[in-house]
Amino acid sequence: MPNILVFVETSASGELRSNPAGALSAAAAIGTPVAVVTVSPGSGAAVADTLGKLGAAHVFIAESASAATLLATPQAAALAAAAAEYDASAVLIEGTTDGRDIAGRLVARLGAALLADAVALKRDGDRLVATHSVFGGAYTVESTVEDGPVVVTVRPGAFEATSATATPAIKTVALDADGSASAVIDSVVEEKAVSSRPELREAKTVVSGGRGLGAADKFVLVEQLADALGAAVGASRAAVDAGWIPSNHQVGQTGTTVSPDLYIALGISGAIQHRAGMQTAKTIVAINKDADAPIFDVADFGIVGDVFSVVPQLIDAVASKN
Amino acid sequence: MKIVVLVKQVPDTFGERKLDTTTGLLDRDASEPIIDEINERALEAALQQKDADKSVEVVALSMGPSSATDALRKALAMGADRAIHVLDDSLAGADVARTTAVIGAAVASEGFDLVVAGNESTDGRGGVLASSLAETLGVAALTSIGELTVDGTSVSGVRATEYGTVTARADLPAVVSATERAPEGRFPNFKGIMTAKKKPLATVTLAELGVGDSGARSTVVSVAERPARTAGVKIVDDGTAATQLAEFLASNRLI
Ligand SMILES: Cc1cc2nc3c(=O)[nH]c(=O)nc-3n(C[C@H](O)[C@H](O)[C@H](O)COP(=O)(O)OP(=O)(O)OC[C@H]3O[C@@H](n4cnc5c(N)ncnc54)[C@H](O)[C@@H]3O)c2cc1C
Repeated sequence: MPNILVFVETSASGELRSNPAGALSAAAAIGTPVAVVTVSPGSGAAVADTLGKLGAAHVFIAESASAATLLATPQAAALAAAAAEYDASAVLIEGTTDGRDIAGRLVARLGAALLADAVALKRDGDRLVATHSVFGGAYTVESTVEDGPVVVTVRPGAFEATSATATPAIKTVALDADGSASAVIDSVVEEKAVSSRPELREAKTVVSGGRGLGAADKFVLVEQLADALGAAVGASRAAVDAGWIPSNHQVGQTGTTVSPDLYIALGISGAIQHRAGMQTAKTIVAINKDADAPIFDVADFGIVGDVFSVVPQLIDAVASKN
Repeated sequence: MKIVVLVKQVPDTFGERKLDTTTGLLDRDASEPIIDEINERALEAALQQKDADKSVEVVALSMGPSSATDALRKALAMGADRAIHVLDDSLAGADVARTTAVIGAAVASEGFDLVVAGNESTDGRGGVLASSLAETLGVAALTSIGELTVDGTSVSGVRATEYGTVTARADLPAVVSATERAPEGRFPNFKGIMTAKKKPLATVTLAELGVGDSGARSTVVSVAERPARTAGVKIVDDGTAATQLAEFLASNRLI
Protein backbone atom coordinates (compact mmCIF):
# COMPACT_ATOMS: atom_id res chain seq x y z
CA MET A 1 0.00 0.00 0.00
CA PRO A 2 1.40 3.42 -0.89
CA ASN A 3 1.87 5.95 1.87
CA ILE A 4 -0.58 8.85 1.79
CA LEU A 5 0.27 11.95 3.76
CA VAL A 6 -2.53 13.81 5.53
CA PHE A 7 -1.76 17.30 6.72
CA VAL A 8 -3.41 17.96 10.07
CA GLU A 9 -4.12 21.57 10.92
CA THR A 10 -3.51 22.77 14.46
CA SER A 11 -4.32 26.01 16.26
CA ALA A 12 -1.61 28.38 17.46
CA SER A 13 -1.71 26.59 20.80
CA GLY A 14 -1.32 23.16 19.18
CA GLU A 15 -4.89 21.77 19.28
CA LEU A 16 -6.18 19.74 16.35
CA ARG A 17 -8.51 21.55 14.05
CA SER A 18 -11.00 20.89 11.33
CA ASN A 19 -11.75 17.25 10.48
CA PRO A 20 -8.57 15.14 10.57
CA ALA A 21 -10.69 11.98 11.08
CA GLY A 22 -12.42 12.45 7.72
CA ALA A 23 -9.21 13.16 5.85
CA LEU A 24 -7.41 10.23 7.52
CA SER A 25 -10.27 7.93 6.54
CA ALA A 26 -10.06 9.19 2.95
CA ALA A 27 -6.34 8.35 2.99
CA ALA A 28 -6.93 4.93 4.53
CA ALA A 29 -9.22 4.06 1.60
CA ILE A 30 -6.39 4.63 -0.90
CA GLY A 31 -3.26 3.70 1.06
CA THR A 32 -1.55 3.88 4.42
CA PRO A 33 -2.45 7.11 6.25
CA VAL A 34 0.47 9.14 7.57
CA ALA A 35 -0.57 12.17 9.63
CA VAL A 36 1.75 15.18 9.41
CA VAL A 37 1.62 17.97 11.99
CA THR A 38 3.70 21.07 12.52
CA VAL A 39 3.82 22.24 16.12
CA SER A 40 5.92 24.28 18.48
CA PRO A 41 8.80 22.34 20.07
CA GLY A 42 7.64 20.02 22.82
CA SER A 43 3.93 19.93 22.00
CA GLY A 44 3.87 17.07 19.48
CA ALA A 45 3.40 14.13 21.83
CA ALA A 46 -0.06 15.26 22.86
CA VAL A 47 -1.49 15.17 19.35
CA ALA A 48 0.15 11.90 18.25
CA ASP A 49 -2.02 9.80 20.51
CA THR A 50 -5.20 11.48 19.30
CA LEU A 51 -4.20 11.02 15.67
CA GLY A 52 -3.72 7.32 16.30
CA LYS A 53 -7.25 7.15 17.68
CA LEU A 54 -8.43 8.74 14.44
CA GLY A 55 -6.72 6.08 12.35
CA ALA A 56 -3.22 7.36 11.52
CA ALA A 57 -0.76 4.50 10.97
CA HIS A 58 2.19 6.88 11.22
CA VAL A 59 2.49 10.32 12.74
CA PHE A 60 5.20 12.67 11.51
CA ILE A 61 5.71 15.52 13.93
CA ALA A 62 7.70 18.49 12.70
CA GLU A 63 8.63 20.73 15.59
CA SER A 64 9.47 24.29 14.70
CA ALA A 65 9.74 27.47 16.72
CA SER A 66 8.05 29.26 13.83
CA ALA A 67 5.11 26.82 13.52
CA ALA A 68 2.68 29.47 14.70
CA THR A 69 4.44 32.61 13.50
CA LEU A 70 5.13 32.03 9.80
CA LEU A 71 2.33 31.68 7.27
CA ALA A 72 2.25 28.28 5.52
CA THR A 73 6.00 27.91 4.97
CA PRO A 74 6.84 25.66 7.98
CA GLN A 75 3.90 23.41 7.12
CA ALA A 76 4.92 23.16 3.46
CA ALA A 77 8.50 22.37 4.53
CA ALA A 78 7.25 19.67 6.93
CA LEU A 79 5.17 18.04 4.20
CA ALA A 80 8.04 18.14 1.73
CA ALA A 81 10.26 16.45 4.33
CA ALA A 82 7.58 13.86 5.10
CA ALA A 83 6.97 13.18 1.40
CA ALA A 84 10.64 12.20 1.09
CA GLU A 85 10.74 10.30 4.38
CA TYR A 86 7.71 8.12 3.56
CA ASP A 87 8.11 8.10 -0.23
CA ALA A 88 4.49 9.23 -0.32
CA SER A 89 2.44 8.94 -3.49
CA ALA A 90 -0.07 11.63 -2.53
CA VAL A 91 -0.61 14.40 0.00
CA LEU A 92 -4.11 15.24 1.27
CA ILE A 93 -4.72 18.66 2.74
CA GLU A 94 -8.05 19.97 3.94
CA GLY A 95 -9.04 22.89 1.74
CA THR A 96 -9.32 25.51 4.47
CA THR A 97 -7.82 28.98 4.05
CA ASP A 98 -4.55 27.83 5.61
CA GLY A 99 -4.69 24.41 3.95
CA ARG A 100 -4.93 25.89 0.49
CA ASP A 101 -1.91 28.11 1.10
CA ILE A 102 0.10 25.11 2.21
CA ALA A 103 -1.08 23.12 -0.81
CA GLY A 104 -0.12 25.96 -3.16
CA ARG A 105 3.42 26.09 -1.83
CA LEU A 106 3.77 22.33 -1.82
CA VAL A 107 2.61 21.94 -5.43
CA ALA A 108 5.35 24.29 -6.59
CA ARG A 109 7.95 22.82 -4.25
CA LEU A 110 7.38 19.19 -5.27
CA GLY A 111 6.63 19.88 -8.93
CA ALA A 112 3.35 18.13 -8.19
CA ALA A 113 -0.07 18.38 -9.78
CA LEU A 114 -3.08 19.54 -7.78
CA LEU A 115 -6.47 17.88 -7.57
CA ALA A 116 -8.50 20.67 -6.02
CA ASP A 117 -11.53 20.49 -3.76
CA ALA A 118 -12.07 16.72 -3.86
CA VAL A 119 -15.37 15.43 -2.48
CA ALA A 120 -14.45 11.77 -3.02
CA LEU A 121 -11.25 9.82 -3.72
CA LYS A 122 -10.59 6.36 -5.08
CA ARG A 123 -7.75 4.30 -6.40
CA ASP A 124 -7.91 3.07 -9.98
CA GLY A 125 -4.92 0.80 -10.60
CA ASP A 126 -1.99 2.97 -9.62
CA ARG A 127 -3.84 6.19 -10.35
CA LEU A 128 -5.67 8.28 -7.82
CA VAL A 129 -9.05 9.56 -9.04
CA ALA A 130 -10.69 12.54 -7.35
CA THR A 131 -14.33 13.56 -7.68
CA HIS A 132 -15.21 17.26 -7.77
CA SER A 133 -18.56 18.97 -7.54
CA VAL A 134 -18.34 21.83 -10.03
CA PHE A 135 -20.42 24.99 -10.56
CA GLY A 136 -22.42 24.56 -7.40
CA GLY A 137 -22.99 20.86 -7.96
CA ALA A 138 -24.31 21.24 -11.52
CA TYR A 139 -21.53 18.90 -12.70
CA THR A 140 -19.67 15.98 -11.22
CA VAL A 141 -16.14 15.80 -12.62
CA GLU A 142 -13.51 13.13 -12.04
CA SER A 143 -9.85 13.94 -12.50
CA THR A 144 -6.51 12.24 -12.10
CA VAL A 145 -2.77 12.75 -12.43
CA GLU A 146 -1.20 10.37 -14.92
CA ASP A 147 2.29 10.59 -13.63
CA GLY A 148 4.14 12.34 -10.84
CA PRO A 149 3.40 13.52 -7.33
CA VAL A 150 -0.14 14.54 -6.39
CA VAL A 151 -1.40 17.09 -3.90
CA VAL A 152 -5.12 16.90 -3.16
CA THR A 153 -7.14 19.56 -1.35
CA VAL A 154 -10.13 17.80 0.17
CA ARG A 155 -13.38 19.63 0.76
CA PRO A 156 -13.81 20.10 4.50
CA GLY A 157 -16.78 18.13 5.75
CA ALA A 158 -17.04 15.93 2.65
CA PHE A 159 -15.42 12.83 4.14
CA GLU A 160 -16.89 10.65 6.88
CA ALA A 161 -14.73 9.33 9.69
CA THR A 162 -14.65 5.57 9.16
CA SER A 163 -11.18 4.48 10.33
CA ALA A 164 -10.56 2.21 13.29
CA THR A 165 -8.20 3.23 16.05
CA ALA A 166 -4.52 2.56 15.34
CA THR A 167 -1.36 2.61 17.37
CA PRO A 168 0.77 4.86 15.23
CA ALA A 169 4.51 4.75 14.67
CA ILE A 170 5.72 8.21 15.65
CA LYS A 171 8.60 10.17 14.20
CA THR A 172 9.54 13.58 15.53
CA VAL A 173 11.92 15.88 13.69
CA ALA A 174 13.19 19.37 14.36
CA LEU A 175 12.37 21.65 11.48
CA ASP A 176 14.47 24.66 10.60
CA ALA A 177 12.00 26.95 8.90
CA ASP A 178 13.52 29.69 6.81
CA GLY A 179 11.41 32.80 7.29
CA SER A 180 13.03 34.99 4.67
CA ALA A 181 10.35 34.39 2.05
CA SER A 182 7.34 34.10 4.30
CA ALA A 183 4.60 36.27 5.70
CA VAL A 184 4.86 36.73 9.45
CA ILE A 185 1.90 36.34 11.81
CA ASP A 186 1.63 39.19 14.29
CA SER A 187 -1.52 38.22 16.15
CA VAL A 188 -4.40 35.76 16.07
CA VAL A 189 -7.94 36.24 17.28
CA GLU A 190 -9.83 32.95 17.50
CA GLU A 191 -13.54 33.31 16.93
CA LYS A 192 -15.30 32.10 20.03
CA ALA A 193 -17.23 29.12 18.79
CA VAL A 194 -20.67 28.67 20.31
CA SER A 195 -19.84 25.23 21.62
CA SER A 196 -23.35 23.86 21.34
CA ARG A 197 -23.52 24.71 17.63
CA PRO A 198 -22.04 22.44 14.95
CA GLU A 199 -19.58 23.75 12.40
CA LEU A 200 -21.13 25.00 9.18
CA ARG A 201 -19.29 22.58 6.89
CA GLU A 202 -20.02 19.52 8.99
CA ALA A 203 -23.58 20.21 10.10
CA LYS A 204 -26.53 17.95 9.28
CA THR A 205 -28.82 20.99 9.44
CA VAL A 206 -28.02 24.56 8.43
CA VAL A 207 -30.21 27.61 9.05
CA SER A 208 -29.16 30.63 6.99
CA GLY A 209 -30.32 34.22 7.09
CA GLY A 210 -30.25 36.92 4.44
CA ARG A 211 -30.95 40.58 3.91
CA GLY A 212 -34.61 39.90 4.73
CA LEU A 213 -33.68 39.81 8.43
CA GLY A 214 -33.28 43.56 8.13
CA ALA A 215 -30.90 44.38 10.98
CA ALA A 216 -28.04 42.98 13.06
CA ASP A 217 -30.14 42.63 16.21
CA LYS A 218 -32.86 40.80 14.31
CA PHE A 219 -30.41 38.25 12.92
CA VAL A 220 -30.65 36.47 16.31
CA LEU A 221 -33.85 34.94 14.99
CA VAL A 222 -31.69 32.83 12.66
CA GLU A 223 -29.56 31.74 15.61
CA GLN A 224 -32.64 30.93 17.71
CA LEU A 225 -34.05 28.61 15.04
CA ALA A 226 -30.61 27.08 14.53
CA ASP A 227 -30.33 26.33 18.23
CA ALA A 228 -33.84 24.88 18.34
CA LEU A 229 -32.79 22.47 15.56
CA GLY A 230 -29.21 21.84 16.68
CA ALA A 231 -28.12 23.46 13.43
CA ALA A 232 -25.20 25.53 12.20
CA VAL A 233 -25.73 29.18 11.24
CA GLY A 234 -25.18 30.29 7.65
CA ALA A 235 -25.75 33.55 5.79
CA SER A 236 -26.03 35.15 2.39
CA ARG A 237 -23.34 37.52 1.20
CA ALA A 238 -25.73 40.43 1.74
CA ALA A 239 -25.99 39.55 5.45
CA VAL A 240 -22.21 39.24 5.73
CA ASP A 241 -21.63 42.50 3.86
CA ALA A 242 -24.06 44.20 6.25
CA GLY A 243 -21.83 43.06 9.11
CA TRP A 244 -24.51 40.99 10.83
CA ILE A 245 -22.36 37.88 10.93
CA PRO A 246 -18.66 37.04 10.27
CA SER A 247 -17.68 36.13 6.73
CA ASN A 248 -16.84 32.51 7.56
CA HIS A 249 -20.59 31.90 7.77
CA GLN A 250 -21.21 32.88 4.16
CA VAL A 251 -22.77 30.15 2.04
CA GLY A 252 -22.44 30.26 -1.73
CA GLN A 253 -20.24 30.72 -4.74
CA THR A 254 -17.56 32.60 -2.86
CA GLY A 255 -18.41 31.26 0.58
CA THR A 256 -18.71 27.77 1.98
CA THR A 257 -20.41 25.02 0.01
CA VAL A 258 -22.68 23.00 2.24
CA SER A 259 -24.50 19.76 1.57
CA PRO A 260 -26.54 19.10 4.73
CA ASP A 261 -29.61 16.91 5.16
CA LEU A 262 -31.68 20.03 5.78
CA TYR A 263 -31.05 23.63 4.68
CA ILE A 264 -33.41 26.38 5.79
CA ALA A 265 -33.15 29.77 4.03
CA LEU A 266 -34.70 32.71 5.87
CA GLY A 267 -35.16 36.01 4.03
CA ILE A 268 -32.80 34.93 1.25
CA SER A 269 -33.83 35.61 -2.35
CA GLY A 270 -31.85 32.67 -3.75
CA ALA A 271 -29.49 34.46 -6.14
CA ILE A 272 -27.66 32.02 -8.39
CA GLN A 273 -24.45 32.57 -6.42
CA HIS A 274 -26.17 31.66 -3.17
CA ARG A 275 -27.76 28.56 -4.68
CA ALA A 276 -24.31 27.46 -5.88
CA GLY A 277 -23.39 26.85 -2.24
CA MET A 278 -26.45 24.96 -1.01
CA GLN A 279 -28.39 23.35 -3.82
CA THR A 280 -26.93 19.91 -3.15
CA ALA A 281 -28.61 19.83 0.28
CA LYS A 282 -30.95 16.84 0.60
CA THR A 283 -33.95 18.91 1.69
CA ILE A 284 -34.34 22.66 1.22
CA VAL A 285 -36.84 24.83 3.06
CA ALA A 286 -37.33 28.52 2.25
CA ILE A 287 -39.28 31.24 4.00
CA ASN A 288 -39.56 34.46 2.02
CA LYS A 289 -42.29 37.02 1.68
CA ASP A 290 -41.81 37.37 -2.07
CA ALA A 291 -43.69 34.54 -3.81
CA ASP A 292 -41.48 34.99 -6.90
CA ALA A 293 -38.13 34.69 -5.08
CA PRO A 294 -35.89 32.25 -7.01
CA ILE A 295 -35.10 30.33 -3.81
CA PHE A 296 -38.52 28.69 -4.20
CA ASP A 297 -37.35 27.09 -7.47
CA VAL A 298 -35.04 24.81 -5.48
CA ALA A 299 -37.08 24.50 -2.27
CA ASP A 300 -38.78 21.24 -1.32
CA PHE A 301 -40.96 23.15 1.11
CA GLY A 302 -41.52 26.86 0.59
CA ILE A 303 -43.46 29.28 2.72
CA VAL A 304 -44.50 32.62 1.31
CA GLY A 305 -44.56 34.58 4.51
CA ASP A 306 -42.85 36.92 6.95
CA VAL A 307 -39.91 35.37 8.81
CA PHE A 308 -40.78 37.42 11.89
CA SER A 309 -44.14 35.72 12.25
CA VAL A 310 -43.38 32.25 10.84
CA VAL A 311 -40.05 31.55 12.53
CA PRO A 312 -41.12 32.15 16.18
CA GLN A 313 -44.12 29.88 15.57
CA LEU A 314 -41.82 27.29 14.01
CA ILE A 315 -39.54 27.35 17.04
CA ASP A 316 -42.58 26.67 19.26
CA ALA A 317 -43.87 23.94 16.96
CA VAL A 318 -40.46 22.23 16.94
CA ALA A 319 -40.27 22.44 20.75
CA SER A 320 -43.68 20.80 21.09
CA LYS A 321 -42.65 17.95 18.77
CA ASN A 322 -39.53 17.16 20.78
CA MET B 1 6.75 50.80 -6.86
CA LYS B 2 5.44 48.35 -9.43
CA ILE B 3 2.28 46.38 -8.66
CA VAL B 4 1.26 43.52 -10.93
CA VAL B 5 -2.44 42.63 -10.66
CA LEU B 6 -3.53 39.21 -11.88
CA VAL B 7 -6.72 39.19 -13.91
CA LYS B 8 -8.76 36.18 -14.95
CA GLN B 9 -11.58 36.09 -17.40
CA VAL B 10 -14.38 33.83 -16.14
CA PRO B 11 -17.95 32.98 -17.13
CA ASP B 12 -20.39 35.41 -15.52
CA THR B 13 -21.72 33.81 -12.33
CA PHE B 14 -25.08 35.49 -12.98
CA GLY B 15 -25.57 33.23 -16.01
CA GLU B 16 -25.78 29.48 -16.41
CA ARG B 17 -22.25 28.12 -16.64
CA LYS B 18 -21.58 25.01 -18.68
CA LEU B 19 -18.85 22.45 -19.08
CA ASP B 20 -18.20 20.61 -22.31
CA THR B 21 -19.04 17.07 -21.17
CA THR B 22 -16.57 15.45 -23.56
CA THR B 23 -13.48 17.51 -22.74
CA GLY B 24 -14.35 18.70 -19.25
CA LEU B 25 -13.33 22.19 -20.28
CA LEU B 26 -15.42 25.28 -19.92
CA ASP B 27 -17.96 25.76 -22.70
CA ARG B 28 -16.96 29.32 -23.54
CA ASP B 29 -19.92 29.93 -25.79
CA ALA B 30 -22.48 29.13 -23.10
CA SER B 31 -22.00 32.20 -20.96
CA GLU B 32 -20.66 35.68 -21.10
CA PRO B 33 -16.95 36.02 -20.28
CA ILE B 34 -16.24 38.79 -17.78
CA ILE B 35 -13.40 39.89 -15.52
CA ASP B 36 -13.78 38.00 -12.24
CA GLU B 37 -15.24 40.25 -9.56
CA ILE B 38 -12.46 39.33 -7.15
CA ASN B 39 -9.87 40.65 -9.62
CA GLU B 40 -11.66 43.99 -9.72
CA ARG B 41 -11.23 44.14 -5.97
CA ALA B 42 -7.55 43.17 -6.31
CA LEU B 43 -7.11 45.91 -8.89
CA GLU B 44 -8.92 48.40 -6.68
CA ALA B 45 -6.46 47.65 -3.88
CA ALA B 46 -3.60 48.42 -6.26
CA LEU B 47 -5.25 51.55 -7.66
CA GLN B 48 -5.72 52.92 -4.15
CA GLN B 49 -1.95 52.74 -3.74
CA LYS B 50 -1.62 54.66 -6.98
CA ASP B 51 -4.20 57.24 -5.83
CA ALA B 52 -2.01 57.92 -2.81
CA ASP B 53 1.27 57.94 -4.71
CA LYS B 54 1.35 58.76 -8.41
CA SER B 55 4.70 57.06 -8.89
CA VAL B 56 3.11 53.64 -8.34
CA GLU B 57 2.82 51.71 -11.58
CA VAL B 58 -0.04 49.23 -11.94
CA VAL B 59 0.31 46.45 -14.52
CA ALA B 60 -2.62 44.09 -15.23
CA LEU B 61 -1.59 40.60 -16.29
CA SER B 62 -3.79 37.86 -17.66
CA MET B 63 -3.22 34.39 -19.04
CA GLY B 64 -6.13 33.35 -21.20
CA PRO B 65 -7.64 32.99 -24.65
CA SER B 66 -7.81 35.92 -27.07
CA SER B 67 -11.08 37.12 -25.53
CA ALA B 68 -9.19 37.87 -22.30
CA THR B 69 -8.15 41.14 -23.96
CA ASP B 70 -11.59 42.44 -22.94
CA ALA B 71 -10.86 41.78 -19.28
CA LEU B 72 -7.52 43.57 -19.64
CA ARG B 73 -9.13 46.54 -21.41
CA LYS B 74 -11.55 46.80 -18.52
CA ALA B 75 -8.61 46.83 -16.10
CA LEU B 76 -6.98 49.58 -18.16
CA ALA B 77 -10.25 51.55 -18.17
CA MET B 78 -10.43 51.24 -14.39
CA GLY B 79 -6.96 52.78 -14.16
CA ALA B 80 -4.16 50.23 -14.71
CA ASP B 81 -1.21 51.76 -16.59
CA ARG B 82 -0.55 48.88 -18.93
CA ALA B 83 -1.45 45.29 -19.54
CA ILE B 84 0.24 42.01 -20.43
CA HIS B 85 -1.61 39.17 -22.07
CA VAL B 86 -0.01 35.72 -21.99
CA LEU B 87 -1.61 34.11 -25.01
CA ASP B 88 -0.78 30.68 -26.35
CA ASP B 89 -3.04 28.01 -27.83
CA SER B 90 -1.23 25.30 -25.91
CA LEU B 91 -2.48 26.81 -22.63
CA ALA B 92 -6.10 25.77 -23.21
CA GLY B 93 -7.13 23.67 -20.21
CA ALA B 94 -3.86 24.37 -18.34
CA ASP B 95 -4.00 23.06 -14.76
CA VAL B 96 -2.97 24.96 -11.64
CA ALA B 97 0.67 23.84 -11.71
CA ARG B 98 1.13 24.89 -15.32
CA THR B 99 -0.77 28.15 -14.84
CA THR B 100 1.46 28.99 -11.88
CA ALA B 101 4.64 28.21 -13.83
CA VAL B 102 3.54 30.38 -16.77
CA ILE B 103 2.31 33.32 -14.70
CA GLY B 104 5.45 32.99 -12.58
CA ALA B 105 7.65 33.32 -15.64
CA ALA B 106 5.68 36.31 -16.91
CA VAL B 107 5.74 38.10 -13.55
CA ALA B 108 9.45 37.38 -13.07
CA SER B 109 10.36 38.76 -16.49
CA GLU B 110 8.24 41.86 -15.86
CA GLY B 111 9.68 42.47 -12.37
CA PHE B 112 7.53 43.53 -9.40
CA ASP B 113 7.40 44.84 -5.89
CA LEU B 114 3.96 43.46 -5.24
CA VAL B 115 1.66 41.01 -7.00
CA VAL B 116 -2.04 41.24 -6.12
CA ALA B 117 -4.37 38.35 -6.98
CA GLY B 118 -7.88 37.34 -5.97
CA ASN B 119 -8.06 34.67 -3.26
CA GLU B 120 -9.94 32.30 -5.56
CA SER B 121 -11.53 32.49 -8.97
CA THR B 122 -15.24 31.84 -9.34
CA ASP B 123 -14.74 29.20 -12.03
CA GLY B 124 -11.77 27.29 -10.64
CA ARG B 125 -12.10 27.76 -6.90
CA GLY B 126 -8.77 26.06 -6.26
CA GLY B 127 -7.62 29.01 -4.19
CA VAL B 128 -3.95 28.06 -4.31
CA LEU B 129 -2.52 30.23 -7.06
CA ALA B 130 -1.22 33.11 -4.94
CA SER B 131 0.76 30.92 -2.56
CA SER B 132 1.98 28.65 -5.35
CA LEU B 133 3.12 31.70 -7.28
CA ALA B 134 4.94 33.05 -4.23
CA GLU B 135 6.76 29.72 -3.86
CA THR B 136 7.70 29.82 -7.55
CA LEU B 137 8.98 33.38 -7.25
CA GLY B 138 10.72 32.74 -3.93
CA VAL B 139 8.84 35.47 -2.06
CA ALA B 140 6.35 35.78 0.80
CA ALA B 141 2.62 35.22 0.33
CA LEU B 142 0.12 37.20 2.35
CA THR B 143 -3.19 35.66 1.36
CA SER B 144 -6.91 36.16 1.94
CA ILE B 145 -6.61 39.77 3.03
CA GLY B 146 -9.63 42.06 3.39
CA GLU B 147 -7.90 45.41 3.39
CA LEU B 148 -4.26 45.91 2.49
CA THR B 149 -1.81 48.38 3.97
CA VAL B 150 1.28 48.95 1.88
CA ASP B 151 4.27 51.05 2.80
CA GLY B 152 7.54 51.34 0.92
CA THR B 153 8.99 48.11 2.21
CA SER B 154 6.19 45.90 3.49
CA VAL B 155 2.56 44.92 3.18
CA SER B 156 0.17 43.98 5.97
CA GLY B 157 -3.44 43.13 6.55
CA VAL B 158 -5.99 41.04 8.35
CA ARG B 159 -6.76 37.61 7.06
CA ALA B 160 -10.08 35.95 7.82
CA THR B 161 -10.01 32.19 8.22
CA GLU B 162 -12.53 29.56 9.26
CA TYR B 163 -11.36 29.99 12.85
CA GLY B 164 -11.04 33.71 13.32
CA THR B 165 -8.74 36.46 12.15
CA VAL B 166 -4.99 36.67 11.76
CA THR B 167 -3.00 39.88 11.44
CA ALA B 168 0.07 39.33 9.31
CA ARG B 169 2.68 41.17 7.29
CA ALA B 170 5.35 40.50 4.70
CA ASP B 171 8.39 42.29 3.37
CA LEU B 172 8.35 43.30 -0.28
CA PRO B 173 8.59 41.86 -2.83
CA ALA B 174 5.54 39.76 -2.02
CA VAL B 175 2.40 38.18 -3.42
CA VAL B 176 -0.89 39.06 -1.76
CA SER B 177 -4.44 37.88 -2.38
CA ALA B 178 -7.58 39.86 -1.74
CA THR B 179 -10.92 38.50 -0.53
CA GLU B 180 -14.46 39.62 -1.14
CA ARG B 181 -14.20 41.81 1.94
CA ALA B 182 -11.77 44.05 0.05
CA PRO B 183 -13.38 47.20 -1.36
CA GLU B 184 -15.37 46.83 -4.59
CA GLY B 185 -13.70 47.83 -7.81
CA ARG B 186 -14.34 51.34 -9.11
CA PHE B 187 -16.43 51.94 -12.21
CA PRO B 188 -14.44 53.05 -15.22
CA ASN B 189 -15.38 56.61 -16.09
CA PHE B 190 -15.66 58.00 -19.61
CA LYS B 191 -12.12 59.33 -19.60
CA GLY B 192 -10.83 55.98 -18.36
CA ILE B 193 -12.58 54.14 -21.16
CA MET B 194 -11.21 56.53 -23.78
CA THR B 195 -7.62 56.45 -22.54
CA ALA B 196 -7.72 52.66 -22.09
CA LYS B 197 -7.75 52.31 -25.86
CA LYS B 198 -4.38 54.03 -26.07
CA LYS B 199 -2.68 52.31 -23.15
CA PRO B 200 -0.11 49.60 -23.97
CA LEU B 201 -1.37 46.02 -24.07
CA ALA B 202 1.46 43.61 -24.83
CA THR B 203 0.96 40.03 -25.90
CA VAL B 204 3.55 37.41 -24.96
CA THR B 205 3.84 33.78 -25.99
CA LEU B 206 5.31 30.82 -24.12
CA ALA B 207 8.30 30.77 -26.45
CA GLU B 208 9.03 34.38 -25.52
CA LEU B 209 8.76 33.53 -21.84
CA GLY B 210 10.90 30.45 -22.32
CA VAL B 211 8.67 28.13 -20.28
CA GLY B 212 8.65 24.49 -21.25
CA ASP B 213 6.08 21.88 -20.37
CA SER B 214 7.41 19.74 -17.56
CA GLY B 215 6.04 18.49 -14.27
CA ALA B 216 2.97 16.50 -13.29
CA ARG B 217 -0.40 17.46 -14.77
CA SER B 218 -3.94 16.80 -13.74
CA THR B 219 -6.37 15.60 -16.39
CA VAL B 220 -10.12 15.14 -16.53
CA VAL B 221 -11.38 11.55 -16.48
CA SER B 222 -15.14 12.05 -16.72
CA VAL B 223 -17.81 14.74 -16.60
CA ALA B 224 -21.46 14.22 -15.74
CA GLU B 225 -24.20 16.80 -15.55
CA ARG B 226 -26.46 16.52 -12.54
CA PRO B 227 -30.18 16.85 -13.07
CA ALA B 228 -31.45 20.27 -11.99
CA ARG B 229 -33.43 20.49 -8.78
CA THR B 230 -37.15 20.86 -9.02
CA ALA B 231 -39.44 22.89 -6.81
CA GLY B 232 -41.58 21.09 -4.21
CA VAL B 233 -44.59 22.47 -2.37
CA LYS B 234 -45.07 26.18 -1.79
CA ILE B 235 -47.70 27.44 0.60
CA VAL B 236 -48.76 30.95 1.50
CA ASP B 237 -48.72 31.57 5.24
CA ASP B 238 -52.25 31.82 6.64
CA GLY B 239 -51.13 31.43 10.23
CA THR B 240 -50.67 27.65 10.02
CA ALA B 241 -47.59 27.48 7.78
CA ALA B 242 -45.18 26.98 10.69
CA THR B 243 -47.16 23.99 11.99
CA GLN B 244 -47.36 22.49 8.51
CA LEU B 245 -43.61 22.89 8.11
CA ALA B 246 -42.98 21.24 11.49
CA GLU B 247 -45.18 18.31 10.35
CA PHE B 248 -43.23 18.08 7.09
CA LEU B 249 -39.90 18.07 8.92
CA ALA B 250 -41.09 15.50 11.45
CA SER B 251 -42.53 13.17 8.83
CA ASN B 252 -39.20 13.31 6.93
CA ARG B 253 -37.29 12.65 10.18
CA LEU B 254 -35.51 15.96 9.88
CA ILE B 255 -36.36 17.00 13.44
C1 LIG C 1 -18.96 36.97 -7.88
C2 LIG C 1 -20.12 36.95 -6.94
C3 LIG C 1 -20.10 36.04 -5.89
C4 LIG C 1 -21.16 35.98 -4.99
N1 LIG C 1 -21.10 35.07 -3.97
C5 LIG C 1 -22.15 34.95 -3.14
C6 LIG C 1 -22.16 33.97 -2.10
O1 LIG C 1 -21.19 33.23 -1.90
N2 LIG C 1 -23.25 33.88 -1.29
C7 LIG C 1 -24.33 34.69 -1.45
O2 LIG C 1 -25.30 34.55 -0.68
N3 LIG C 1 -24.33 35.65 -2.39
C8 LIG C 1 -23.27 35.79 -3.24
N4 LIG C 1 -23.29 36.79 -4.18
C9 LIG C 1 -24.33 37.82 -4.11
C10 LIG C 1 -25.67 37.44 -4.71
O3 LIG C 1 -25.68 37.81 -6.07
C11 LIG C 1 -26.82 38.19 -3.99
O4 LIG C 1 -26.57 39.57 -4.05
C12 LIG C 1 -26.99 37.79 -2.51
O5 LIG C 1 -27.03 36.39 -2.38
C13 LIG C 1 -28.28 38.38 -1.99
O6 LIG C 1 -28.45 38.08 -0.63
P1 LIG C 1 -29.91 38.00 0.01
O7 LIG C 1 -30.68 36.92 -0.64
O8 LIG C 1 -29.75 37.94 1.47
O9 LIG C 1 -30.50 39.45 -0.31
P2 LIG C 1 -31.64 39.87 -1.31
O10 LIG C 1 -31.41 39.36 -2.66
O11 LIG C 1 -31.83 41.32 -1.12
O12 LIG C 1 -32.90 39.10 -0.76
C14 LIG C 1 -33.54 39.38 0.45
C15 LIG C 1 -34.81 38.56 0.45
O13 LIG C 1 -35.45 38.70 1.71
C16 LIG C 1 -36.84 38.71 1.49
N5 LIG C 1 -37.45 39.35 2.66
C17 LIG C 1 -37.35 40.65 3.06
N6 LIG C 1 -37.99 40.82 4.22
C18 LIG C 1 -38.52 39.64 4.58
C19 LIG C 1 -39.29 39.18 5.68
N7 LIG C 1 -39.63 39.99 6.69
N8 LIG C 1 -39.67 37.88 5.71
C20 LIG C 1 -39.33 37.03 4.70
N9 LIG C 1 -38.59 37.41 3.64
C21 LIG C 1 -38.18 38.69 3.59
C22 LIG C 1 -37.04 39.46 0.21
O14 LIG C 1 -38.27 39.08 -0.40
C23 LIG C 1 -35.82 39.00 -0.61
O15 LIG C 1 -36.15 37.88 -1.43
C24 LIG C 1 -22.25 36.86 -5.12
C25 LIG C 1 -22.27 37.77 -6.18
C26 LIG C 1 -21.23 37.82 -7.09
C27 LIG C 1 -21.26 38.79 -8.21
